[in-house]
Amino acid sequence: MSKSIPRTFITYVEDRPGVLNRVVSLFRRRGYNIESLTVGRSAREDVSRITLVLHADEDMARRIQANLYKLVNVLYVADVTTSAAVCREMALIRVKATNGKRAEVLQLCEVFRARVVDVAPESLCLEITGTQDKIDSLVEVLRPVGILEMVRTGAVAMLRGTEADQAGATAPDRHIEHHIVAA
Amino acid sequence: MSPTTKMTGAQILWEALARLDVEVVFGYPGGAIMPAYDALGQARVRHVLVRHEQGAAHMADGYARTSGKVGVCISTSGPGATNLVTGIANAMMDSVPIVCITGQVASPMLGTDAFQEVDITGVTLPITKHNYLVTRADEIAATLREAFFIARSGRPGPVLVDITKDAQQAAVDFLWSDEPVRLPGYRPDYQIAPASLDRALELIAHARRPLILAGHGIVASGSGALLRDLVDRTGIPVASTLLGLGGFPATHPLSLGMMGMHGEAWVNCAIQEADLLIALGMRFDDRVTGKLSTYAVNARKIHVDIDPSEIGKLVKVDVGIVGDVAEVLSRLLPQVKFTGISRWHERISELKGDSAVRDIQTLPASGKLYAAHVMHDLYRLTGGAALVVTDVGQHQMWEAQYYRHDHPRRLITSGGLGTMGFALPAAIGARHADPDAEIWVIVGDGGFQMTAAELSTCAQEDIKLNIAIINNGYLGMVRQWQQFFYGGRYVATPLRNPDFVKLAEAHGLTGLRVTRREDLEETVKTAQVTAGTVVIDFRVEQEDSVYPMVPSGADLDDMIRRPAAPSPIVETSDSD
Repeated sequence: MSKSIPRTFITYVEDRPGVLNRVVSLFRRRGYNIESLTVGRSAREDVSRITLVLHADEDMARRIQANLYKLVNVLYVADVTTSAAVCREMALIRVKATNGKRAEVLQLCEVFRARVVDVAPESLCLEITGTQDKIDSLVEVLRPVGILEMVRTGAVAMLRGTEADQAGATAPDRHIEHHIVAA
Repeated sequence: MSPTTKMTGAQILWEALARLDVEVVFGYPGGAIMPAYDALGQARVRHVLVRHEQGAAHMADGYARTSGKVGVCISTSGPGATNLVTGIANAMMDSVPIVCITGQVASPMLGTDAFQEVDITGVTLPITKHNYLVTRADEIAATLREAFFIARSGRPGPVLVDITKDAQQAAVDFLWSDEPVRLPGYRPDYQIAPASLDRALELIAHARRPLILAGHGIVASGSGALLRDLVDRTGIPVASTLLGLGGFPATHPLSLGMMGMHGEAWVNCAIQEADLLIALGMRFDDRVTGKLSTYAVNARKIHVDIDPSEIGKLVKVDVGIVGDVAEVLSRLLPQVKFTGISRWHERISELKGDSAVRDIQTLPASGKLYAAHVMHDLYRLTGGAALVVTDVGQHQMWEAQYYRHDHPRRLITSGGLGTMGFALPAAIGARHADPDAEIWVIVGDGGFQMTAAELSTCAQEDIKLNIAIINNGYLGMVRQWQQFFYGGRYVATPLRNPDFVKLAEAHGLTGLRVTRREDLEETVKTAQVTAGTVVIDFRVEQEDSVYPMVPSGADLDDMIRRPAAPSPIVETSDSD
């Protein structure tokens, strides 16, 4: 049995009322715990793109994919966990930055390539984009300084290189081979 | 059709249904569906007025299971729609193609908590294969075409179409297409992988103790003849799930009978001893497997199912083949080889011989009426040819054990959801699918009362059904669990019932009663020749239990067996 690890899925769905509800309802009903979900427009009109991250082993990942395909409005699903993919997340973090601490925060910003997007007398608001790990690390080092507020978008993902060219050319109309030969 | 002939959404609804080959719909009117009902008078579709919308959904279900076509029910918004919910969930669990049409408040009122407004597409999201909210008249025809296509293709299931009142009222041009429905995100046509077929053939060739597990998919895909061919070529014995019964002839020498919680003991033992399970159109339900960690541990497993999400869901399989069972079987058949498994046949005979004397043979000869007698005698008196519709509970299991079905779509029963109250309305649906069959409704005294109002539908529609109430004065299956697992505390299971004979008579129907076995045959024969629906109140032994029983969560071959009776009846059960 393979290990349960965070897995990333890219999903194209028809852009219609209630479709996101159908996707989320599936995860709720089957008891899959979503770590993050982002949804937005794709390059194609009428088609939305969802990036989903959740903990699953290989078997469960395959069933998640099969279950997503059972939804009539789902056009395409790919598990990109083991593929070369660009995964990014954005966070806005408001940290306490009183006079004594301000320099330290700005220095950390520099190291993590975060940007200051708002300055208040007692705090700074930082914007950071990167992998989840990178954001986690920044959060870790900012915690002692005092995080007042934080919002994270959840991951968005895109395949790299040739794989991307192949998927991009046909998705979301690619016909999926629905056969499974288990080990 | 010329563009000048405008039709209302309501007219389009009926015209579309007629073009989709719908003969009959089961329904109940109300405010938000009144435009549709107003247009019903001119429609080419027949309507059956039910007494409760749950009945309408079960009727559509029974119609679909009997005919293999899509069943249709219709109701108003709000309570009319929510009353359908149990029937929809039932059809979802058993993969039955039905289309449910509900009225909805006018579109400007949506989301305002208007009178009789319920978000029924939201409510039914997890219990439909797909659903639609239609707010425009010009979307009705195309949506219904999609709904029927989705309901009956791939793994069948219920589809709900919620139509706002203003969409029913608006007049638009009627546009119809006979082109195949194309949905970008819905691809029920699976490519069967040759590699997995080869692997399956290899496993079959090397198996010494193989067993076929035949499920509902055999019936749904109409692959009974192919399965028979496979069995005749290979000699592999067949065990059936509850919904698979009839998919393979019960009287075939290699038919073992039903598996699972109340399956035949030798079937469960054979599964545990098998070295290869070939699961065809079944989904390893917990009622079939018992404890998963000890289920058929010696067996390799081939799983054929049309739903990719079922492969490996509960049981790890060695080969999963996604596709229509009929297509998979027809691809396997030319290549499959006779396996030479006579030792396995002998072993199964041994299992049958020493552990599985049929319960009916060990019932005490007290002259009392046992439910098993009723099933066995009904089987005999109908020549095994009746269309039997069962409810849920003890009687359902006894029927599955004692009434042997040789043909598909002759046993209609609620499997996955276990819906009490299913039988009577489902039988009314079955009657509309098969006007000539001898239909027996077998139902407990508890379940019967859940939907007994549909007796009025039988009377109004002048329908002939034979209803056998297996009356033990208890919610029998729950009582049995209380006896076995809850210290014999019979809480909320004894029933004080109405006089079922008088109840039938109050509906203008015939009521009969049987209390002794010697009167059974005569009464059944009377029912068979009586015009109109007949209700027979079979007063059976009150505290009888269904054996064998695999307790919930126990190993499949760890069964509670019927205690030995002091003076067993000797039955000639297999000779007739």
